[in-house]
Amino acid sequence: MKFLKFLILGIVFGIVMAKSEAISWFRIQEMFRFQAFHMYGIIGTAVILGVIGVALIKKFKIRDFHGNPISFYPKERSITRYLLGGTIFGLGWALSGACPGPMVVNIGYGFLTMTIVFLFAIIGTFLYGLLKDKLPH
Amino acid sequence: MREVITQTWSWWFSGAMIAGIMFFLLYFGQSFGFSSNLRTICAAAGLGKKAKFFDFKWKTQIWNLVFLVGAIIGGFIAKQFLSTDLPVQISGDTISDLAKLGIAAPTSLQPAELFGLDAILSVKGFGILAMGGLMVGFGSRYAGGCTSGHAISGLSDLQVPSLIAVVGFFIGGLVMTFFILPLIF
Repeated sequence: MKFLKFLILGIVFGIVMAKSEAISWFRIQEMFRFQAFHMYGIIGTAVILGVIGVALIKKFKIRDFHGNPISFYPKERSITRYLLGGTIFGLGWALSGACPGPMVVNIGYGFLTMTIVFLFAIIGTFLYGLLKDKLPH
Repeated sequence: MREVITQTWSWWFSGAMIAGIMFFLLYFGQSFGFSSNLRTICAAAGLGKKAKFFDFKWKTQIWNLVFLVGAIIGGFIAKQFLSTDLPVQISGDTISDLAKLGIAAPTSLQPAELFGLDAILSVKGFGILAMGGLMVGFGSRYAGGCTSGHAISGLSDLQVPSLIAVVGFFIGGLVMTFFILPLIF
């Protein structure tokens, strides 16, 4: 039962991603061509509300439901890994039209060929794990 | 009333819902980052023996795999009960740009030229989906996160590394859209 809440949040996430059409290759193309506000509106709204909410959590030291303080860990400082990794991610995002979340939502939606994309995303992650120590970070 | 649900949901409602999901995950003692699941799946498959990166206590991440299963169910519910199967209403400019690449105007959420059965049975079609997935999987772990982990969670916490990653997402996305897609299609 302790996982039920995560299942429900996942279901809500899947419905929102599908109904906002953020899982559509066409919407991602429209975004990278700067031809509509839709995707920027979704991400922008989430980030603006996120910034306000995270600031409030920190200011009022809000605790989670276990009673532990909600803490945020600064990511390690670097430029190389974020810029290179991000660029490779962006190449794949614009090609397949899906980042990892939308991949699985697409599978549930019935676009079963997205399974290929998802399986290769797992393989890509495995390749990163193999090459990690040889890559500049 | 029913049209409110079956039509495309507005950007402001969808964005607010995503922020809400992030806050619920924080309240439940976790954080919003979907691509970590890819690493967890590798670890659960026993690949920790091949690479140290996958040798960690992946069972602490089961909650995120459950979230992933939920996302699949959510996609199914959206399709079966909350949709009308209208084509995605993208900008006319995008439709004409894509037509130049030989990709027809939308008839559903996804182009048959990429995700149709005919497409994936060709070497080129299969290669496109495979390369796309490979780069997303490799890049997200190299950058330490994807759209949810960096663009939503990281930017919400005003983290500079996440901003750099998002700049990278756009460099890659723009290069693919304007320079590589015209070569492929």
